Amino acid sequence: MSTNTKLNARKLDSTENFYGHKACGGCGESLALRLALKVLGDEAYLSLPAGCMAAVSFIYPNMAFKNNAIITPFASTAAVTTGIAAGLEALGKKKPLSVGFAGDGGTADIGIQSLSGAIDRGEKFIYICTDNEAYMNTGIQKSGLTPFGAATTTTPSGKVIHGNINEKKNMFEIVAAHGIEYAATASVGYLEDFINKVQKAKDCAGPSYIHVYSPCPTGWGHGSEITVDLGKEVVDTGLWYLAEFEKGEFSLNLKPKDFKPVKDHLMRQNRFRHINDEEIKMIETTRDAKWAKMLKNWNI
Amino acid sequence: MSDFAFLSGNEAIAYGVKLSRPHVIAAYPITPQTKAVEKLSSFVQDGELDCKYMHVESEHSAMACSIGSSSVGARTFTATSSQGLLYMSECLPYASGARLPIVMMNANRSIATPWNIYGDQMDSMHVINSGWIQLYVEDAQEALDMVIQSFKLAENHNILTPVMINVDGFVLTHTYEKVEIPLQEEVDNFLPEIQASPHLMSDDNKTSMCISAGNQHYMGFKVKQHRDMFKVFDELKQIDNDFHKAFGRNYGSAVEGYQFEDAEALLITTGSVTGTVRVVVDEMRAEGKKVGVVKLRLLRPFPAGDLVSKISGAKAVGVLDKNISFGYEGTVFTNVNSALFQKGASLKTINFIGGLGGKDITKGNIRQMFQTLQSGEGETVQYSNMGCTL
Amino acid sequence: MKEFKMSPKPMWNSLGDIPMGSSCPSFHITDINAGWRVFKPVVDLEKCIGCYRCYFVCPDGAIHMSDDKKADVDYSFCKGCGICAHECKPKAISMIKEEK
Repeated sequence: MSTNTKLNARKLDSTENFYGHKACGGCGESLALRLALKVLGDEAYLSLPAGCMAAVSFIYPNMAFKNNAIITPFASTAAVTTGIAAGLEALGKKKPLSVGFAGDGGTADIGIQSLSGAIDRGEKFIYICTDNEAYMNTGIQKSGLTPFGAATTTTPSGKVIHGNINEKKNMFEIVAAHGIEYAATASVGYLEDFINKVQKAKDCAGPSYIHVYSPCPTGWGHGSEITVDLGKEVVDTGLWYLAEFEKGEFSLNLKPKDFKPVKDHLMRQNRFRHINDEEIKMIETTRDAKWAKMLKNWNI
Repeated sequence: MSDFAFLSGNEAIAYGVKLSRPHVIAAYPITPQTKAVEKLSSFVQDGELDCKYMHVESEHSAMACSIGSSSVGARTFTATSSQGLLYMSECLPYASGARLPIVMMNANRSIATPWNIYGDQMDSMHVINSGWIQLYVEDAQEALDMVIQSFKLAENHNILTPVMINVDGFVLTHTYEKVEIPLQEEVDNFLPEIQASPHLMSDDNKTSMCISAGNQHYMGFKVKQHRDMFKVFDELKQIDNDFHKAFGRNYGSAVEGYQFEDAEALLITTGSVTGTVRVVVDEMRAEGKKVGVVKLRLLRPFPAGDLVSKISGAKAVGVLDKNISFGYEGTVFTNVNSALFQKGASLKTINFIGGLGGKDITKGNIRQMFQTLQSGEGETVQYSNMGCTL
Repeated sequence: MKEFKMSPKPMWNSLGDIPMGSSCPSFHITDINAGWRVFKPVVDLEKCIGCYRCYFVCPDGAIHMSDDKKADVDYSFCKGCGICAHECKPKAISMIKEEK
C-alpha cells in the first residue's frame, strides 16, 4: 500500500457530489468518479468526453454532478480541461482545479494526442483515466487498452482468432515518459490507495495523471456485486499493479507475496471464458516479464 | 489620435485582437494564418498583451481549449485556415451549440487534394452549417475593425454565437496596406470587459454544459439556436453604428452595394475580390455601362431580405464563387437563388466560379463576367480564367 | 450524504423556455433510480459494525452512515447492484428480491 495513506472512508467528505446518475448497477467507473469527487470537492471543474460517464450524467433534464461539468468532444478531454484552467486563471481565479475524467478509449486511443499536448504544456490539471478495457458506451468494442485474450464485440472469440490478440497499451509509462509531475496507477479494488493518489494529484503544482482499473459488469460479463472484488483480485494476480511516478522515479506500491491464480480470476469474467490453458500461460508469461522488469528497475 | 501603420491582413488581425484584450488565445500554426499567431505570440512574450497563450498540439485542441476557456467566461480568440479548419470542424458545432462567444480568424485557403496553400473559400464553405456567424472582410482595415466588432457581437447576450472572420489567404493575409490602429482607450470604451452569460460555468452558478438531450428536447435546443442567429442583422447594424461614432469608420449592413441602385448587371462578391470589381465597375461606368457590385459581408446568417432589396432591380445578376459544391454549383449562388425565389424576385442569374487555389481573377476576367451578364448568354455555371476549354 | 432537492421536469411552452446553449444547472435531479432494482439490500442493524465499507464501495453513493454509525440505504437511488452485501465483512447486508 501507499506508505503515506492519509485518507480513508471515515475521513472522506460525507457529501455526495455525484448522485442519481444512470450508470449500470455495479459500475466501476462511477465508483471511481464518486470517490474522486469526494477528494476533489465540488469546486473542481470537470471535463468528460462523450462516453459512458458523460452519457449517464448529463441527460437533460437530469444532471448528476454537483460540480461545474462539461461534456467534451471525444478526442478533447485534456484540451478542454486545460482550456478551463487557462480561462479561470486568466479571469483571476487563484489555483483553479480543473479535472478531466475519460475512459480507456478516450484516453489511450482518440484522446492521446490532446492528453500529450496538455501534459507537455506543463500547466496544472488532473487527468483520471477510468479504464474498463473497451468501448463500453458504444457496446463493448476493443480499445487500445483491451487486454490480450479478452472477447469484445469487435474481437469476439472466433473460430480462427480467439478474442483480442494485442497487448494492452501501457498508458501509465507513456504518460510518465512526458516527465509529468505525478502519475499513478490504481484500482477500484484498492480504494484507499486510489483516494490518496487523488489527493496527491490535487496537491500537485503541475499536470497529474491517475489510471484507475474499473471493472464493468456489463462489458466484462460478471456479477454486479463483484466489481470491487475483481478490482482487488486483478492486483493480487499481478495482472495489474499499483504504482506511482514521482520526481522522475517509478515505484511499486504493493508487491503480492504470491500471485493469486490467474485462471480463477479470468474465469469469473465472461470475456475470458473462451481462453485455453496455453493462452493463460501466455498471459502469465507476459505478467512475469513485466514484474521482473518492475522489480529490477522500480523502487519498492 | 490613433496610429497609422503599414500592416498585412494577418498583422491587422493581430492588432485587432490585442486591442480587444482576450483572456485566452489557443492556436496552432498553418499557412497562411501564421503571421497572425506569430504577431500575437510576440505581443504576449513582450508583455504588450496580458493573456494566456496556449501552444496547442493541433487545431482540434485549439478549438477544444477555446471551448474550455470560453465556457468559464473568458474572452477567447483562435485562428486557423484550410485543413486546420476542417480538422477542428468537429468542435465548431460544439462551440455554437454551447453558445460560446469565441472569435476566430480563418485565413481562407483551398482544401487538399491537390495540395495548395493559396486562397479560395472552399474551407469556410465546408463549415457553413456549423452554426458560426461567418463574416467576410475586404481589406486589412476591415479585418482589424471586425475583430473588435465581432467580440462585441458574439458576446451580446441576445447573440452568444461564435464568429468566424474570413480573410482571403495571401491576397489579404500577406499584402500590406495602410491601416489605422485605434487607441486602446477608445477600444476599451467601445468593447468593455466581457459579461459572462449565466449559462456558462462559474463558482457561484454551477452548471452542466454541452449536455445530451433526447429526441424530445434536442430539436428545441437547435431551433432556438437557429432563430437567435437572425438577431445578428440588427445587433451588427447597431454595433457598426456605434463603431462609426467611436472611430469614424463603418461598414454598413450585412450587404454593401457599390453603384448598384441603377445597375442592369450586378456582380455579387465576398471578400477581397470586391476591391478589383469596384475598379472594373468604375471603368465600365465611365464607358456608360450600367454595372455594379454587391458585397456579402455575412454568409451566416444569410441576409436574404437585405440582399434581394439591393439586387432585384437588376436585369442580370452574377455570383462570383471562390468555391464549388461538387456536383452542383457555387455555394453562394445556391443561397442567392434561394433568396430571390423566396422573395418572389425573378431575374437572370449566372454563377462564375473562379479563383480556386489562388487562380487570378483579373480585371479582364471581371469585365468578361459583366459582358456575359449583359448578353445573358452561356451556361448557368461558368468557370472563370480556366486557361483551357471544358 | 445527498444534498439536493428533486427538481421538477421542465415544461416548454415556447422557445423562451428552452435553456440558453446546451446548458442546465448542475445537480438538477429529476428522476429516481429505484425502479432499476431486482434485489434490494437490507441492513441488519444488529450485525452492522459501522465500518463504512458499504458506504465506501457504493457506486451510487446511495448508502450513508447514520448518526449512530449504521449503514442507511437511500432506496430512491440504490440500484441493487449488491456490492455492499458482497463486501460486508460481518454479513450484515442481505440482498432480498424486490416484490413488484
